[in-house]
Amino acid sequence: MMGTKLIEPGKHFLTGNVAVAEAALLAGCRFYAGYPITPSSDLMHHIAARMVEVGGVFIQAEDEIAAINMILGASAAGLKAMTATSGPGFSLMEEGLDLGFMLELPAVIVNVQRVGPSTGIPTLGSQGDVMQAIWGSHGDRASVVYAPSNPQECFSFTIEAFNAAETLRMPVFILSDEFVAHSYGKVVVPDHSEIRIVERRRLDESSIGKALPFKVDDTVPPFAEPGKGFRFHYTGLMHDDRGYPVIDKEVTRKLLSRLMRKIEKHRNALVQYTVLDEDFAGSTMVVVYGSIYSIARTAYRRDREFRRRVAVFRPHVLWPMPDRELRSLVKELGIDKVIVVEMNMGQYMYMVRSALLDLGVRVEQLNLTPGFYPSPNELKEMVSKVMERG
Amino acid sequence: MASRALPPPYKDIEDLVRVERLPTIWCPGCGIGIVFKTLLKAIKEYGDDIDRHVIVSGIGCAGRFAGYVRLDGYHVLHGRAIPFAVGLKLSKPQLEVTVVSGDGDIVGIGGNHFIHAARRNHDINVVLINNLVYGMTGGQLAPTTPLGARTMTSPYGNIEHPVNIPLLASAAGATYVARWSVFHVEQMKRSFLKMFKHKGFSVIEIISPCVIYARRNRMEILDMYELLRKMCKVKQNPDPREGEIDIVSGKPVVLGEFVSIEKPTYESLYSELVEKVRKNE
Repeated sequence: MMGTKLIEPGKHFLTGNVAVAEAALLAGCRFYAGYPITPSSDLMHHIAARMVEVGGVFIQAEDEIAAINMILGASAAGLKAMTATSGPGFSLMEEGLDLGFMLELPAVIVNVQRVGPSTGIPTLGSQGDVMQAIWGSHGDRASVVYAPSNPQECFSFTIEAFNAAETLRMPVFILSDEFVAHSYGKVVVPDHSEIRIVERRRLDESSIGKALPFKVDDTVPPFAEPGKGFRFHYTGLMHDDRGYPVIDKEVTRKLLSRLMRKIEKHRNALVQYTVLDEDFAGSTMVVVYGSIYSIARTAYRRDREFRRRVAVFRPHVLWPMPDRELRSLVKELGIDKVIVVEMNMGQYMYMVRSALLDLGVRVEQLNLTPGFYPSPNELKEMVSKVMERG
Repeated sequence: MASRALPPPYKDIEDLVRVERLPTIWCPGCGIGIVFKTLLKAIKEYGDDIDRHVIVSGIGCAGRFAGYVRLDGYHVLHGRAIPFAVGLKLSKPQLEVTVVSGDGDIVGIGGNHFIHAARRNHDINVVLINNLVYGMTGGQLAPTTPLGARTMTSPYGNIEHPVNIPLLASAAGATYVARWSVFHVEQMKRSFLKMFKHKGFSVIEIISPCVIYARRNRMEILDMYELLRKMCKVKQNPDPREGEIDIVSGKPVVLGEFVSIEKPTYESLYSELVEKVRKNE
């Protein structure tokens, strides 16, 4: 259908998972390692064929631990690399994610969420891995977490995720779910020349013998390709600018704060959100993201009265959080109640609550039963009930 | 940083050693240094572009190997050196990728990766330094610890049957499998040279005396060297089933080349596949 070429500009009708796969190839991803897990497997099926066609590397790993470590090896070799999984597989990858953060290796990890904990309900979606994506780490790790709500966003957010990974030199996450992944939708692919593709900064071979792997004036060191003669050492141990392990207070503080500062430094370029506040004449704000946003949006579009009563705030990127933007909007619109609607037992709600802590705003939670998607009308009813609680 | 010079026997490999990192963390008497010197000599002798060589290590005493070699090197997660190396090799096939790590790292926590990388016959090298114990963490039971041996977690003697690495490697599909000890430096070096040349998954196990293992088993390290020296027995093309290690009850440790066969590598099959698919488009 698509031949050896990349997806053509124009209108396509794709599932969220296929949109992610095609966007990855367009973004320059040339290495995919994965292990089958519902509901991410069809992404892997698609890329198993397409990666060969574009001349990249596809490999089915023996488990998710191998998959994450293979893509880190590929990234260390200089390729853009990706894997896709679901909650249980994502848990298995966590140790590798932290290695990627420490070795400063760009990679994109897609988590097509399903109902957990444990095996849960493999075939139904949820938003249960928000905490895991943002905070799931031993030690401190910064994260960039994209939450697409439809196939079009699966496409555009994936390109942005690769750009963020290359810019920041770290693993970046796409948190979709079964609902987004398996929904068909229109995907408009712009002219390829209009798509911004970022490549990591690289050390020039003229700097061999002078350059150090982690020496940087700014936050993100340039990347050195192996086999060229740089002869760099990389370790998951706390290390100095030479990449050598050291146990030293100053080195530890310097490295950790630089790694964490990557996000703060690029925050404004990363933060994205949508606000729906046409016809708004109330004092309640709904915070919603991912697949649930597409349901909330339909409810909102259909009902003028609902639009009068609520404003909607929807982060495209869950982390870094658009907290400053949310705060100023809450003040600007005179909001006294915020309802965080999410398909879990309450996860992003804690972050919203802490962002608004000193504003005297009530932050309520509306937790949808994982796996069981409400209709737009049902969602509206549920929101109304929480509003009426006073 | 102060630059340190190596003693005369190491002059020929000095440019491949991160001398500013010396001394190493390895105990005086540890066998790893012998493997270190021999592998670097082999890299030199192989004569190819030295910058093609990449070393990947996991965690443990042998896991520190990559950190002392002045080549592109990666000190990665416990047990995951092999999948990281596979990612490197598939992405940049011109690299000569060598994993150097310990028995616990490769066939304990990383056992699954070892099996499947061997099965796919990835064109990478694995130098497995077997010291029969988890040394760095204080001397706990390893999957290679001989029956009856004492460790911190088998204080009354080990009751677990140890893994036979040549048998495991050959059953999983490795196409070059050898075992030497730190007493067999010439054979070890020849095997390393073969390994670089070999297209496919190579496993070279090196039996290496460990100070911690000796101490837990109430031996001086020199007694352990003497014990292993007496028990090692070189054979011509031994059967992998003879690879079992049972030093406590006094059975010989069989050394030699267990497997040396040709089989298409994953890398060659993959590039053929890509070529074929793209031609048909």
